Amino acid sequence: MMKSLPITIDSVRKTYGSYVALDDVSLDIRAGEFLTLLGPSGSGKTTLLMALAGFVRPDSGKLLLGDRDITRLAPNKRDIGIVFQNYALFPHMNVLANVEYPLALRKTPKAEARQRALDTLARVKLEGLSERNIAALSGGQRQRVALARAIVFEPRVMLMDEPLSALDKNLRETMQYEIRRLHDDLGITTIYVTHDQREALTMSDRVAVMNSGRIQQIDTPQQIYDRPSTRFVAEFMGEANIVAPGSVRRIDGADASREALMIRAESFHLDAKLVGRDGVALDGTLCAKAFRGENWLLTLALDGGQEILVCIPAALASGCAELTIGQQMTAYAPAAKVHAIPGAKA
Amino acid sequence: MLEAYPDNRLARILLWSFCALVLAFLMLPTLVVVPLSFSASNLLEFPPRAYSLRWYETFFGSATWMAALRTSLILGTLTAMVAVPLGLLACISINRLGGKAAITIQGILLIPSIVPGILLAIGLFFVLAAQRLVGTLFGVLVGHVVLAIPVACIVLLPALVRFDWNQVQAARSLGANWARAIGGIIVPQLQISLLSATLMAFLTSLDESVISIFVASGQNSTLPKLMFLSLRDQIDPTIAAISTVWTGIVVVAVLIVTLRQKS
Amino acid sequence: MTVLADPALAADARRERRFFLSLSLPALFIVGLAAILPIVWIIRQSFLTTGGEYTVGNYEKVLSSGLTWSALVTTLELSLGTLAICILLGIPLALALASARPRVANLLMALVMLPLWTSILVRTYGWLVLLRRDGLINAALTGSGLATEPLPLAYNFTGTLIGMVHYMLPLFLLPVYAAMRDIDANLIRASASMGATIGQAIRTVILPLSAGGIFSGSIIVFIYTIGFFITPAVLGGGKVNPLSIRIERTLSTFQDWGSASVLGILLLILMALMGVMFLAARRLIAGRKVGTAHA
Repeated sequence: MMKSLPITIDSVRKTYGSYVALDDVSLDIRAGEFLTLLGPSGSGKTTLLMALAGFVRPDSGKLLLGDRDITRLAPNKRDIGIVFQNYALFPHMNVLANVEYPLALRKTPKAEARQRALDTLARVKLEGLSERNIAALSGGQRQRVALARAIVFEPRVMLMDEPLSALDKNLRETMQYEIRRLHDDLGITTIYVTHDQREALTMSDRVAVMNSGRIQQIDTPQQIYDRPSTRFVAEFMGEANIVAPGSVRRIDGADASREALMIRAESFHLDAKLVGRDGVALDGTLCAKAFRGENWLLTLALDGGQEILVCIPAALASGCAELTIGQQMTAYAPAAKVHAIPGAKA
Repeated sequence: MLEAYPDNRLARILLWSFCALVLAFLMLPTLVVVPLSFSASNLLEFPPRAYSLRWYETFFGSATWMAALRTSLILGTLTAMVAVPLGLLACISINRLGGKAAITIQGILLIPSIVPGILLAIGLFFVLAAQRLVGTLFGVLVGHVVLAIPVACIVLLPALVRFDWNQVQAARSLGANWARAIGGIIVPQLQISLLSATLMAFLTSLDESVISIFVASGQNSTLPKLMFLSLRDQIDPTIAAISTVWTGIVVVAVLIVTLRQKS
Repeated sequence: MTVLADPALAADARRERRFFLSLSLPALFIVGLAAILPIVWIIRQSFLTTGGEYTVGNYEKVLSSGLTWSALVTTLELSLGTLAICILLGIPLALALASARPRVANLLMALVMLPLWTSILVRTYGWLVLLRRDGLINAALTGSGLATEPLPLAYNFTGTLIGMVHYMLPLFLLPVYAAMRDIDANLIRASASMGATIGQAIRTVILPLSAGGIFSGSIIVFIYTIGFFITPAVLGGGKVNPLSIRIERTLSTFQDWGSASVLGILLLILMALMGVMFLAARRLIAGRKVGTAHA
């Protein structure tokens, strides 16, 4: 197991002309943590990653690896393993040469370098492919070579820039699992960039959601999903309904919240009995319904005019097929799934 | 492109006959020289009545012609060896700097290919004369390198634009300094373009005549300069033999590079 | 709230820029030494007497000479004549190549490029052999009875023009062919489906869309031909005297560096003038293209 290091990002700012790519971003990543930077394209997540790698020079701020200030250090002296979005494997070298490359640069004795490269290739399940050309590899295999090359020189930190975006869905899921397992085996501090919220939730210890060059929220996946701190986070993480307090009534008649409430589409039930007395009810008219296989998606126009999405699992939706457009109905949600967003308006 | 008009036979026939004539026009002067070079006669008769190798013997037996051939081949090689590395570095610089700086550098490097050769030649003659360098190999080499740099850049710049710069970043993140990243990652991957650039630079020097005419002299006369001088005086079939050898050298060079690129 | 940039980081950024800038220094140095300095030298020389004193006498001498003006006219005649013939021969050829199947087109392109790989002196020699009074073409013409006596094809304007067109045609063809090949074949199909004849399709779709390539080709032809030396020197036989030949003669016969420099500057001015005209023409073409798109 390698000794991993914490990372400190201290008010890092980066502008391109008048465009602010990173707006005083500060972030502490614990040693050995798997942290995901999640956000839409242009949110600054890749810029932040490239600043850590040394390919983007911040205008101001500090980057620390453990106690060491790496802000002005050349990229080739940072000892950070990076998996690039398109892998950036060297097509003029075979698999083994790619993986040996960082060791050769560190003047590791030939025999040792070969052994370490082969061990690392075995670790990513590529034994037997070491003499292959890069062009002869599948997307998943390339991904593994890129991983092996990034970890073979035992960096203290690993950065991954949307490493799975080029793979198809099934392979993505396998690789998500394997990358996470590799991280757990090595205990290496990892920063992972993605725009796929499901991937972020599945893989991370903590998720930092970014937008417009700022970190919106940093928390565990459950907290991010269930208790988003901003409207942006709520909407970015899935089908979120943000409703004005006036449209919601407590089932037990108590006063409802005075702040905007977030209720995810899948938190609703059509049967009040499935929701506790402290749950909430929303009254409206059915405007659209669609069967999606594992669930039904209903669109309700609330009395205030706002439309919300209600997602009912197929197993609980026995009555959905008989619903008619235009009929009055009520959707219920348990109190635990109703989250007030501070400062947000519906 | 005109397949949208499959029935327009006449237009098609006219177009293609016209093309055949233009192609003949393009190829004729190169091809006519070859049989003449094997003629046994002093006269330029076509087709030759008898064949011989006498004009090749004249060429290969002449110390002057051989010295010129040697000079030209040496100059071509040196030109490629100097112009291609300089061009590559300049292209990396243009590629990385971007913006106004890149456009300015590109503009300056293209000057030699825009200014008429005759002006470069007399200007270079003045400059070299002031330094007493007229007639030296160095003087001609500088002239050829300056012509070959834009040629090399025209080949290399698009290749660098296509090159995935992430590769260099990957190498840097894995611990490579700039020299190793350029030498170990960029150069091997631009191999094909570098080979083309080398060939083009070599041929630029080999084919250059105007600068040589003004700046080269005596021992350092290039083959094109001697050919030019003898074409002005008289035309005997020795020139046909030289032309055939000359074209042969170029075709071989092009073939070698093409085959290397394919493999 | 404005955050000031960290001066140390800004210095690093400048250092990196300087590093990349330094990569092009060797090439810039050579170009400065062997292309820019010589031109500066020519400009300086044009204002100097043989003794090295400042004078405008060179200009007076050159500009008052009828030879200079006839050289200017010959230069333009050769350049524009070559351009005109290249357009006439090159556009149909490019059209045919662009319509051919890729394999055929590649093969034909290789044939077109063959002259480019051949030394200009080899080609000039080839033309001499073909065009001389007792050359192959005259032999064929008189032999077949098409002409009663040999035509004057070499050592004159005609021969020079033929040699220059031969040199320029492949270089003109490259951008034109590239532009035509990039035209979406569906556009031609579309215009055919709307009733355009083949001629109309060429005039209204193909030529406007390849105007950029034709334009680039024309600039290339112009830049190359305006200073052409070898072809007029050999195929002109002393009778065709564009500026380039006058420059050489002024130097070799009279050792008059000052006058040669003035002629050189005339050549540069001519290039600049034509450059401006070409740019203006391009703006005009571009403007018209947008205009018809809106119509």
